[in-house]
Amino acid sequence: MSVPASATPDTLAARVIPCLDVTAGRVVKGVNFVDLRDAGDPVELARFYDEEGADELVFLDITASSDARDIMVDVVHRVAEQVSIPFAVGGGMRSVEDARRMLHAGADKIAFNTAAVQRPDLLTECAAAVGSQSVVAAVDARRVGGQRVSGASETGDPTPKWELYIHGGRTPTGADAVAWCREVARRGAGEILLTSMDRDGTKQGFDLDLLRAVTDVVDVPVIASGGAGTADHLADGILQGHASAVLAASIFHFGELRIRDVKDHMAERGVTVRRVP
Amino acid sequence: MSEARRPTLAVLDYDAGNVRSAKRGFDAAGADAFVTADPAAAAEADGLVVPGVGHFGSCVASLRRSGLHALLEDWIAAERPVFGICVGMQLLYDGSDEGDEPGLGLLAGRVERFPAGAVVPHMGWDVLHAADGHDGDPLLTGVAGERVYYVHSYYAVPVDEEPVVGRTAYGGVDFPSLVRQSSVVGTQFHPEKSGEIGRRLLANWVATLAA
Repeated sequence: MSVPASATPDTLAARVIPCLDVTAGRVVKGVNFVDLRDAGDPVELARFYDEEGADELVFLDITASSDARDIMVDVVHRVAEQVSIPFAVGGGMRSVEDARRMLHAGADKIAFNTAAVQRPDLLTECAAAVGSQSVVAAVDARRVGGQRVSGASETGDPTPKWELYIHGGRTPTGADAVAWCREVARRGAGEILLTSMDRDGTKQGFDLDLLRAVTDVVDVPVIASGGAGTADHLADGILQGHASAVLAASIFHFGELRIRDVKDHMAERGVTVRRVP
Repeated sequence: MSEARRPTLAVLDYDAGNVRSAKRGFDAAGADAFVTADPAAAAEADGLVVPGVGHFGSCVASLRRSGLHALLEDWIAAERPVFGICVGMQLLYDGSDEGDEPGLGLLAGRVERFPAGAVVPHMGWDVLHAADGHDGDPLLTGVAGERVYYVHSYYAVPVDEEPVVGRTAYGGVDFPSLVRQSSVVGTQFHPEKSGEIGRRLLANWVATLAA
């Protein structure tokens, strides 16, 4: 006999993921911790978040020159020597070779954005070459027509649409972002990093309609991104948006919220979280 | 009093895993690990580490091309220490729905995909429970009931429960997440990516090599 049919409820923890923007080997968007020797050092910050209980890390290389890529490989190498949790690298990834290089340097996952939209076969090829578990599709979406974005307790547009953007959210593609999410999952992306361009930087909370529109139609994990300003927002992304993970940057970097406290609050809201020893 | 010698471990580099993280993880757990693609070099170690991500069939094919497959068969037959991670654990079974290549067949059973309806891959931190009858297992000291990091779409369906030391529930199934058969141990999760809990598990295993 085999696996007992399980009546056990799933116990998988929702992941809390700090995102670090890196340029020329340094973390940008000010980081403000008194207890770090060098808060601009991605390696030191990664270690700090590991010890704080971050479940995973995302590094976004926001410079896209080839020189910067070499520097990023070095950063990845040094981070991998220092942290014991998984991390993804994104920003300017254009080929299977880019992915292999980062994975070989010690990254666990690679996030593709613009290059995958321009050539969707890249996702298929990369999933075949390194496995779906290492392929993240980063999707930037903006509401069509700028309709009101519903918050946790509001009712939004009954039939909202989102347009897919590339080039760091600067270039509209005309394509439907939710349809693109279905396609990336079909092509073998193991995870979707879904960013609301409307909410990014606003601290008004995730676009929960967008999250639901995607999580209802794909069966890969979705990371909610764009707009988190409070621990309640993070809990909403899981409980109402049905995301598997929540990503935030400035609220952690500026020390407004500590990961332990955020997880305590999420647990009070009924979210399953992981506590560090 | 001199410190006990750190066991040497060969992390098999066959283009199917994050070998750098595996090396770092075992080093932090008290071993002296090195990464190699050379069967002769690996054969000099006290133990073998088989990382594995991606496609089961591709992993088996890659092991054959590299000559590491025969080495693994020899070590398993000789009951020498082997530690398989993720697909490296699944390879211990007879085969998988993910590809036609046979597994190593140390453990009876097959590897199947999570049922439809579950979010797949099973990705993130989940609870490793002691399997029935394994509560006091030394591998699980400081580890049982804690969260470790998983990323996989397939899971093993064992014929024999005895080698199953730890289990985890996801997607409506309760699957083996820690297995042991004679000198061979496998984890469906990634201990090298599981923070302090993962380090403890690796240290528990490394301690058995030094003994």
